[in-house]
Amino acid sequence: MDVVLRHLSAFTDGIVTTLELTALSFLGALLIGVVVAAMRVSPVAALRGVGTVYVETFQNTPLLVLLVLFVFGLPEVGVIFPLFTTAVIVIALYEAAYIAEAVRSGINTVSIGQAEAARALGLTFGQSLRLVILPQALRGVVQPIGNIFIALTMNTSLAAAVGVVELTSAANRVNLMEAQPIPVFVGAGIGYMLICATAGIVTGMIERKVAIVR
Amino acid sequence: MSASRVLFDEPGPIARRRMRIATIVVGVAVAALLAVAVKRFADHGQLDADKWRPYTTWPMWRYLLEGLWATVRAAAVATALSVVGGIVLALGRLSRQRALRWSATVYIEVMRTVPVLLLVYLVLFGLPHYGVDLPLFWKLVLPLSVSASAVFAEIFRAGILSLDRGQREAGLAVGLTDGQTMRLIVLPQAVRRLLPSLVSQSVGLLKDTSLGFIVSYSELLYSGRVLATYNRLLIQTYIIIALVYIVLNASLSKLARTLEARQGFRSVGRRRLRTLVRAKAAADQPL
Repeated sequence: MDVVLRHLSAFTDGIVTTLELTALSFLGALLIGVVVAAMRVSPVAALRGVGTVYVETFQNTPLLVLLVLFVFGLPEVGVIFPLFTTAVIVIALYEAAYIAEAVRSGINTVSIGQAEAARALGLTFGQSLRLVILPQALRGVVQPIGNIFIALTMNTSLAAAVGVVELTSAANRVNLMEAQPIPVFVGAGIGYMLICATAGIVTGMIERKVAIVR
Repeated sequence: MSASRVLFDEPGPIARRRMRIATIVVGVAVAALLAVAVKRFADHGQLDADKWRPYTTWPMWRYLLEGLWATVRAAAVATALSVVGGIVLALGRLSRQRALRWSATVYIEVMRTVPVLLLVYLVLFGLPHYGVDLPLFWKLVLPLSVSASAVFAEIFRAGILSLDRGQREAGLAVGLTDGQTMRLIVLPQAVRRLLPSLVSQSVGLLKDTSLGFIVSYSELLYSGRVLATYNRLLIQTYIIIALVYIVLNASLSKLARTLEARQGFRSVGRRRLRTLVRAKAAADQPL
């Protein structure tokens, strides 16, 4: 394990980049995902259509294809962002499709009486979604969104393939220098497991805190 | 969809007008976005006919279809291996022997939190160090199967646990051993019930085969990379590849949904049958 200790700064830099990538793209995915979910249940057919196309497109394209398209393709039409920003945008767009589906399934589990009560009070669609349905729906999907967070953490490793130096890429570089694959990759794996275990514990805490006992 | 319909009333004249306006606004917004995109492409000369013409010719498509075939082959083999691995791991996790149960649990928990790319790097740069140099195909398929087995194991475990306990008890009661009950009674029913999840999970594996890009196994994405370095049509190539993936995966997802809907229909049908029978029995009772 002393290979890992000798290159500790490379590993910690990698973990910090992975954490930044994860946090920023998760925030973006959460925002876009809730909006897309709201579109998919709205009364306007055109909005529903746009939401469906969004989800189908991003769920059915490999993340790596999107990364390659955005990083190497878009500069060809003059859309140039820094590499890290591009990775955050792509991962956020991709995971938003999954969050949208999780939130939508949460919306569908809120009991019909809630929506009927909101309508009976004269709330509009937007109001009843914002004030009555979504707060309850989001409480119900803490666990699925936690799972998406873990998947997202693992997916940030694909950014290594387009040149972002995060944990996987850092481990690969150290291995190329030291040629000791087992300790190096096991070290990186433990890094990911720590992040995911923390995420699991936090998800459990949030769930206990916000869960509605019915 | 039907549940979310409750969120709004049957629209009256004012609501209908508002919805029409909203539809027009959405339409204009989408059209504007498309227009901006098209203008960007046109300004950089990416819409020129000769930049897209190569993709109307057969040799290009033959090359891409060969890539697609390699993708499908890798995904199919990886799915098959993961299904087998998943069943073994699920049985291990449900086993009564503590050592088996623990090792299966540790494997599943570790593999569910370690990125596939890390495993790919390990196979790519790690194994040759110890004198194991696999063919390219296995450099891609092995890490995918190792990782996906854990996911499939959890699916199978859920399926086995979701089965009515009476099935297993009945098997034991007619004198079958534990293993026979599992093989002849529990697993066939669980697999059938899980078919939709297995199909939709294979979409995930199909997407993961794009890691061939890193292994330089010539599946679809890597073929695209080769084409793009050769003809310099980066954006066109990658857009076409994304479309191919979307068509393929959307049809697989559709298949999964159809399978699920059919199962749902069947169980609803059975439930309806049961209610009917019960209602009839109640009606036959003397008042």
